Amino acid sequence: MIRALAPFVLIAVLLGAWEAAVRALGVPAYFLPAPSAVALALVEHLPVLMAAAWITLSTAIIALVIASLAAMAVAVVVGLSPLLEAAVRPLASVLQVTPVVAIAPLVLIWAGIDHPERAIIALAVLVAFFPIFSGAITGLHAADRDLERLFDLYGAGRWSRVMRLRLPSAVPFLLEGHKVGAGLAIIGAVVAEFSAGSGGVRGLAWQILDAGNKLQTARMIAALVVLGLMGVALHALLDRAEHAGLTWWRGR
Amino acid sequence: MTAVAVLEDVEVEYGPRGPVLGPVDLRVEAGEILALVGPSGCGKSTALRLLAGLEAPSRGRVRRAPGRGETAVVFQAPTLAPWLTARANVALPLELSGAPRAQAYERAVAALARVGLAGAELARPATLSGGMAMRASLARALVTEPRLLLLDEPFAALDEITRRALADDVLALWAASRPAIVFVTHNVEEAVYMADRVMVLTRGPGRIAGIAQVEGPLPRPPGFRICESFRTAVEEVTGLLTRGAGLAA
Repeated sequence: MIRALAPFVLIAVLLGAWEAAVRALGVPAYFLPAPSAVALALVEHLPVLMAAAWITLSTAIIALVIASLAAMAVAVVVGLSPLLEAAVRPLASVLQVTPVVAIAPLVLIWAGIDHPERAIIALAVLVAFFPIFSGAITGLHAADRDLERLFDLYGAGRWSRVMRLRLPSAVPFLLEGHKVGAGLAIIGAVVAEFSAGSGGVRGLAWQILDAGNKLQTARMIAALVVLGLMGVALHALLDRAEHAGLTWWRGR
Repeated sequence: MTAVAVLEDVEVEYGPRGPVLGPVDLRVEAGEILALVGPSGCGKSTALRLLAGLEAPSRGRVRRAPGRGETAVVFQAPTLAPWLTARANVALPLELSGAPRAQAYERAVAALARVGLAGAELARPATLSGGMAMRASLARALVTEPRLLLLDEPFAALDEITRRALADDVLALWAASRPAIVFVTHNVEEAVYMADRVMVLTRGPGRIAGIAQVEGPLPRPPGFRICESFRTAVEEVTGLLTRGAGLAA
């Protein structure tokens, strides 16, 4: 009970110290507003911030769905041929270690200045793709060896081996990959919004940029708080989803 | 007698460390039950995979009469797919051989009933006990009505009571369709109880230390474990094992 409350107590203490320090030292609000001012900004801009949060979240969800389908399709195709896998793996690694911020300007050009939302989705897809893809590749190799032998014994073809054995065996790895991928899709969407700049999609990152440009520091922090809470909620949801998925897969 | 599978002067070698099995000559006759006994690492499981056609020998020849789908293997663990129901697991060999789902499920339900798992068709493997999971694994092997059934230490992970019950069940199932059975075990008494012939392999590389014939009817009558022919065969196999281990020591 006390353990469960501990983080909230710490947050309260930190907020109290922050409030006291800002008031005592007379810090200007454009530099660091007091938590109370942030709370006021949060209430005042709540409808706008929620709408912005939904834009960012829906972008991330669309990106996750596209990344999921693409990653699994590529993994299955690659899984059908060891030669193809050997060819694809290093390429995938190179793309994976290249920071999304660095790729963003290029993708923005390709998507066209008129369609920043497409570029943002594409960038979020890019970062969400790899954890799902590498989870799928690892999972496709994780099938029980004796079950593989059973499929040999009954002369199963490649396709039915992948669909009936390797892909189902990969489910725990896919769940993990999707959990990580979903978190990265949010990060990707936010980073991409930043890269798209003030002319871009009016998600949470745009709110932060816009408030920053206007020196509305309290609104900036309020947008950050919404972003943080969204992340926490999403993480909790994905944890539940992963747990439920694993329970179903294991059969208990 | 007609042979179901024959190993002719077969040797298996995985690396430069020399052979793990052989040279070995072995005939599996139609309808017989042959037990393979030997110390760990003598190549028992390798011999089984050769008989199943899952592996090719490094030297020598393997001849197999059964066609595709006529050989079945039961592994040491039940090896059921956790995401499938018992029925879907048992139907898998039929579906892989191209049977339509409805027909495969119908035969799977019948096979589950034969191993005493009627009512557990929709259970997932995780909810089955060790013995029940092994029965489901047995049902999956029997569902194709194989001519050659290979059991790789199938009861090793089970308690004594369960393994004795399963041994009788396997013999009863064997009596119904008389496939040739080759089964691998560490357990001398289990080998003698279940087999017409017990083949003893030496410490690796596995060679044949000797073959013991077991007198008495199959399936075994009650009290077979305390009768003279059982004790004699157990002594003979134990002797072969001891000498087999000594030869290479």
